[in-house]
Amino acid sequence: MEEVDVEPTTTLIPGVGLKQKHLGFEWGPGDILVYETNFRPAGERSGCPSVHVVRKDEDIYSPILRKLFNESHHIFVGLQNITEDVPSKNKKPQFVSISKNYRSVIRACMEELQHVAGVTCCAHLVLFVLRLHSQVSILLATELIWNLCEVLFIDAAPAGCLLLHLLDWVRLHKADVDEKAKEVLQSDSPTNHLAYWDVVISFILQGRVDEARHVLTKQASVQAASRTLYQLMDTLLHKMPVFNPSGTQTLTEFDMKWRHWHEECDRCLQDKSFASNPHLETICKILLGDEDAMLEHKELLGTWYHFLVSRLLFSHPTVKPAELHYYAKSSMDMFLDSRSVPEPLDSILLAAFEFDLHQVIKDCSIALNNWWFVAHLTDLLDHCKLLQSHNLHFGSNLREFLVLEYASGLVSHHSLWQLAVDYFDHCPEFGRVYLELQLERVPLETERKALKVLRICEQRHMTEQVRSICKIMAKRALSNNRLGSALSWSIRAKDAGFATLISERFLQDYCTRGSFSDLDLIDNLGPAMLLSDRLTFLGKYREFHRLYGENKFTEAGKLLLSLMTAKIAPRSFWMTLLTDALPLLEQKEVHIYTHTHTHTLSCVFVCVFQGEDVETAKLELLRLALARNLAMAIVKEGTVEA
Amino acid sequence: MDCINAKYVSQKISKTRWRPVSASSLQQPELLATGSWDNEDNKVSIWSVGENGGSNMEDEFEEIPVTVASVFFFGFFFNLFQFLDQDRLVTASSSGAVTIYNLKSESQTLSVLHTWEGAHHYQCARAPCTAVVCSSPELVSVGEDGRVVLYKADQSRIVRTIENADSSTIHAVTFLRTAEVLTVNSIGQLKLWDLRQGNEPAQILTLTGDRVPLHCVDKHPNQQHIVATGGQDGMLCIWDVRQGSVPFSLMEAHSAEMWEVHFHPSNPDHLFTCSEDGSLLHWETSSGSDTPSFLQGRNSSMMSRSATAPAGGNQSLISAWLSGDSSKGRLETTHMLPSQTLSVNSLDVLGQCLVCGTDGEAVYIHRRVLV
Repeated sequence: MEEVDVEPTTTLIPGVGLKQKHLGFEWGPGDILVYETNFRPAGERSGCPSVHVVRKDEDIYSPILRKLFNESHHIFVGLQNITEDVPSKNKKPQFVSISKNYRSVIRACMEELQHVAGVTCCAHLVLFVLRLHSQVSILLATELIWNLCEVLFIDAAPAGCLLLHLLDWVRLHKADVDEKAKEVLQSDSPTNHLAYWDVVISFILQGRVDEARHVLTKQASVQAASRTLYQLMDTLLHKMPVFNPSGTQTLTEFDMKWRHWHEECDRCLQDKSFASNPHLETICKILLGDEDAMLEHKELLGTWYHFLVSRLLFSHPTVKPAELHYYAKSSMDMFLDSRSVPEPLDSILLAAFEFDLHQVIKDCSIALNNWWFVAHLTDLLDHCKLLQSHNLHFGSNLREFLVLEYASGLVSHHSLWQLAVDYFDHCPEFGRVYLELQLERVPLETERKALKVLRICEQRHMTEQVRSICKIMAKRALSNNRLGSALSWSIRAKDAGFATLISERFLQDYCTRGSFSDLDLIDNLGPAMLLSDRLTFLGKYREFHRLYGENKFTEAGKLLLSLMTAKIAPRSFWMTLLTDALPLLEQKEVHIYTHTHTHTLSCVFVCVFQGEDVETAKLELLRLALARNLAMAIVKEGTVEA
Repeated sequence: MDCINAKYVSQKISKTRWRPVSASSLQQPELLATGSWDNEDNKVSIWSVGENGGSNMEDEFEEIPVTVASVFFFGFFFNLFQFLDQDRLVTASSSGAVTIYNLKSESQTLSVLHTWEGAHHYQCARAPCTAVVCSSPELVSVGEDGRVVLYKADQSRIVRTIENADSSTIHAVTFLRTAEVLTVNSIGQLKLWDLRQGNEPAQILTLTGDRVPLHCVDKHPNQQHIVATGGQDGMLCIWDVRQGSVPFSLMEAHSAEMWEVHFHPSNPDHLFTCSEDGSLLHWETSSGSDTPSFLQGRNSSMMSRSATAPAGGNQSLISAWLSGDSSKGRLETTHMLPSQTLSVNSLDVLGQCLVCGTDGEAVYIHRRVLV
């Protein structure tokens, strides 16, 4: 057996396992059933009245997070459908935009969770609010990771652009700077505000040089004496080269320009130009990429990856993707104290900087409690052809495995099972099998739901499932005495056996009651009549009754005869048919049966007579009627018309 | 297409309806109701849809909290409802009960006015109610038990039940005239009932050929003999109830069950259908024009077969829907939803506003429908 990656977590189930009872359990699609057993060599044997359902993922039951699942399903299906039309080299912008869609869905969910957490203020809902906050922080982390993966893997920017994207990434996730800046600038005396220099330095650390300059002008206008100093700093900042990806400048040119600027800053520092103003000196050091100067403002950076990006901005803006991991590791080591243990998020981000996709996916799978994130991210990366086909011991490739796991988790939800269908559809190897098994287990409470499940099965040519669902519904209808519904389900499944069963029911009803029930159904069977012999018999027999009622005796008689000769009448019914023939045989005015017909009838009669015992009175009547009919027939047919 | 707004609402929508606006006012509808299904506790919710002033017509979409107790709607079953009038809502659930609620928009609550429990039932079990229709103050409901039940809004006892109206499930019902109802069932029959007399249908109409279940029916707002039905195979049929027992025209509309069909209430040359295949179609017809060919809307697949031509009569009195040979008339279909979604279960149209609800737990609103 393989080794486990992390120690398994223990979950306490309240109310179970008391009195040292042994526990039994059973796996379900997304849950575990846990119960107490009586397995104990000695001691009292008492029953346990309850079975506990233990769910791993409570997120799918959250009404706000449900929107995440629905919207991402829409994006997922769209993604599967685009890949066929467009040639691969043009697909990158599409993939990037899909990735942005996913992220915007995550962010929308996050905002809504925050909003609800903000407005909920009841005291007894404290736990609920806490849970909301933890969901928000998880979503924040997932969006952070996704964004980084988009920058590094999907967009895969080369050196130069890479840093710009990383800067955007950091700016997006450190938004408190703008609030602070607004507060400072709107105060009466911005330059005296406590947070003034924090704002300036934060802007510089994020590479927002123009905004830093804007805030600095406030200081320049106030302190007339140091005006030249501020002007110098302003010039330095203004001259800082920024790589323009759409411009004509090549990376080497930019690099050269940047080095010139870097040397100029260095000269200013060596000349002690800013020595009189410690803040400006710090800024100059930061501009030179001095790590200690940056680390002094740890609380402004907040995270080691912010430190990483700032460091790169001011020491190595032309960083290549392959060099990132070295800087990442060292940044993390420098930023975090040696005492603190890196959190799961940190190791995931580090793995991303090392371009170790599999490690990222693996760590995320362990850290998060449902498969949503890894399934969708892996699927997108797979479409970008970034995952080598990594064959697993137990199934198909990684992407399919994760999508199947995610979909299996969805299927256990009473409502989201419909989304899972599309996910299974796009798993070429095992999806169909999973779907077949799962669809049979979807509870069918109403006809409408059964119709939907049936439609899903029919579209995928799952005939076994169609038959089994229709049979369930037909049986249910039959037990509720809804014969018409039962028949309509049998027709849909083309289930001849069940149709026969239903016809038997009708015929039994007729025998007991003497009349047909549900005439609207039998009279209007249409082509469905041909589904089963018994059903055809029923339809035709009813037609016979109708013809008889309309006094169309000749046709009725012929029909009756054909019913007997066509061998679709059940044996038990022959006596009834003969009895029905009796009045026709006795007809004086209209001569219905020719002598051939009468012969046939007689044969039938003989069979019946030889069979089970029948009332002798009836038999006598029949015998008499047949004989008389035969006589009349012979006479009539033998007579030459005058 | 850019005027469609989608909102994800965390519940699969079984029914959606605009709250009726008073006939005199020309306002757009402001409130809409949705019913959920397949949840452990289903509910009917009222939503307010307003418009921001200004050039970008973004819709605000806020939910008015509703005090429908979830205990009313059993487990994970199906709910449907209709607006009786501006202030009252009738709901029917899969427990077989029909309930009238009073909507008070100032206090933003729904309170129960009256419940008829167990209106639909089998011998020893509850039966789901499948459709309810109102023509104030009368209500009619039909269910899987094959019963047609008649109520009056202010009477606490059921007025009349037609037992064994059908041996199969009745899927939908509509009022034709004051005391006449039309039902469609799962063996493909339309039955006309005269509620004043008899327990037998006055007329039965059916398609020749396979007995395809019919799921929805709607009558023409002005001409009560014209009826449209939608079936399990996605065919849209137009019937003339006076003439013959076969439909007037058959059109292949969708590739899966058609769940709802609606004539536009004020402009009946327009018809809307929605289906399990995730599309919502807008059908527009105009009576005989000069161009003999009929124009096809984008992405529409249409095949029309007409059964019989109208037997003479004044051309202007015959609706465009009954022009028999549709190559003489003009029939245009447009897809209303931007892309494929999960099944569209319900739609409603009032004035220029269209709303629909899907199994993808989303509600779509279009406020500039061209009618």
